[in-house]
Amino acid sequence: MDADLRIRGAERGPAVVFRFDGRDVPAFEGETVSAALWASGIRSWSAGEMAGPPPRALFCAMGVCQQCAVWIDGTRVEACRTPVRAGLVVQGRPLW
Amino acid sequence: MVTDLFDVAILGAGPAGAAAAIEASRCRLNAILIDEQASAGGQVYRCAPGIDAAHADPDREEGNALREALSDADIERKFGYRVWHVEKAEAGFRLHALGPEGPVTITTKALVVATGALERYVPFLGWEQPGVMGLASATVLLKAQQMLPGRNVVVAGAGPLLYAVAKGIVEGGGQVAAVVDAQPRRAWWRHARELASRPDLVKRGYSWMRVLRSAGVTVLHRYALHSVVAYGRELRAIIAPIAADGSPQSGLTRYHVNCDAVCCGYGLMPDTYVTRLLGAAHVYDASLGGWHVVVDEDQRCDVPGLYAAGDVAGVVGAAAAPNQGRVAVLSIARDLRRLNDREFAWHAAADKRVRARAARFGKVMTQIARIGDGAIATLPPDVTMCVCERVQKATLETAIGDGCATINDLKRATRCGMGPCGGRLCEDAVARLVALKTSRSRAAIGQSTARPPLRPVGLDAIAGTFDYDALPMPVPAPL
Repeated sequence: MDADLRIRGAERGPAVVFRFDGRDVPAFEGETVSAALWASGIRSWSAGEMAGPPPRALFCAMGVCQQCAVWIDGTRVEACRTPVRAGLVVQGRPLW
Repeated sequence: MVTDLFDVAILGAGPAGAAAAIEASRCRLNAILIDEQASAGGQVYRCAPGIDAAHADPDREEGNALREALSDADIERKFGYRVWHVEKAEAGFRLHALGPEGPVTITTKALVVATGALERYVPFLGWEQPGVMGLASATVLLKAQQMLPGRNVVVAGAGPLLYAVAKGIVEGGGQVAAVVDAQPRRAWWRHARELASRPDLVKRGYSWMRVLRSAGVTVLHRYALHSVVAYGRELRAIIAPIAADGSPQSGLTRYHVNCDAVCCGYGLMPDTYVTRLLGAAHVYDASLGGWHVVVDEDQRCDVPGLYAAGDVAGVVGAAAAPNQGRVAVLSIARDLRRLNDREFAWHAAADKRVRARAARFGKVMTQIARIGDGAIATLPPDVTMCVCERVQKATLETAIGDGCATINDLKRATRCGMGPCGGRLCEDAVARLVALKTSRSRAAIGQSTARPPLRPVGLDAIAGTFDYDALPMPVPAPL
């Protein structure tokens, strides 16, 4: 299960790899962090703004719900409005 | 950074805002277009750089044509900028935004609000789980990202988006476990006359149905999601038949469907946070998606200098939006005395005609996307109403019993709607619950008060770089 959810035959940008919570996630330029995570079978990541469970993932995919929030360079960003790029380091929740 | 004074700022670069920007360039107005996405098109024509569709998509073609037309417009552009506060200023309005180059303050004489719509959700048990997402979200994945929401998906709710999403999944090589439509099949026939006004769109709808039928997709009418539970790494959706008022019917067959994603939504609601913040008049009209900002026939709000175009002024869809956007800008050109009344009437006449016709069709789509209040009334007490703050229905009912009569009351008493989404996911369902429990109409419950920041923004980003010595410090009182 968890085969890649990318639609076959679609044109995509160059392949890139970014880091998510210590693992490599393959993606293509033009994709958003949330879509790339979801397509790779990563089914939950953030805890939103709240501490502890339950885990969350993408819900609105358009910057409204804030469920997909991740941390990049110590800043909280919406994964659905952040494009992937090679070498991006993404954390599912803050380290503090 | 603070900009010079613009004639007009256009907030939102969807079909309404983009058309407004092009018209502003034509009218030689000093205009600025602001959108939080990286390119124009709004949600309906959303695209992603470098990603192109595997299958023909008329929305993508329309979006590309719009972006092409916009690229020639002589206007200032701020893409990737999120406006977090709008306030009245001496000359007109002041907009505070945050973008790739840091914070920016934009001053403008006139403001066109073209913020579009938000998707309406009706809670059910388990809707806060990963794997449950909006129908609008699924369209973003399918169209802009060229990705399936799942391999085997339950598509639930009401309205045309249901079928657009289901067709997109099938076409993309995924499976639709079931389409769950709260409306009866005949709901579409009831509006046959209005539908006949747009044979092109009816034809598109038919082609979607053909795709679903040949893939053998089960379509359940008058059914709704009862609950979604975790099932190993995947999900199981429990689907129940509903009565005309939206409440589940007991004694009839429920379906248990295994899936890896659930996409749900009940149409769109105007995104009125900016117009609310500015104190403009709003009215409730269920057939236009609920609370919307009031505009006159020239797209003017009741606040001087404030104009609205597109779904924010009542959800009638992308077809009517460009006409509204152009009329708004022509109206501004007249109000700034760049056009006289006769010139305005002449330029706006055709757009006003098309606007009315397109709006009739869009209104039908909005009406078909609804579910009755029974769906809210019969929710179990432990269903999560506010996902951000994890407020359950029982908590809200207790607070309503204790005297909470508005959304603002419930925010104070329970924190419902006070999380990062600012109530955008739950406000409508919560308001419907208050209406039911206090025997008042949904309109009587009103809206919550909009406050800055309109979206979560980092304090450091707002503060920007500054010198501590430059901070004005009061002289300490003598000891």
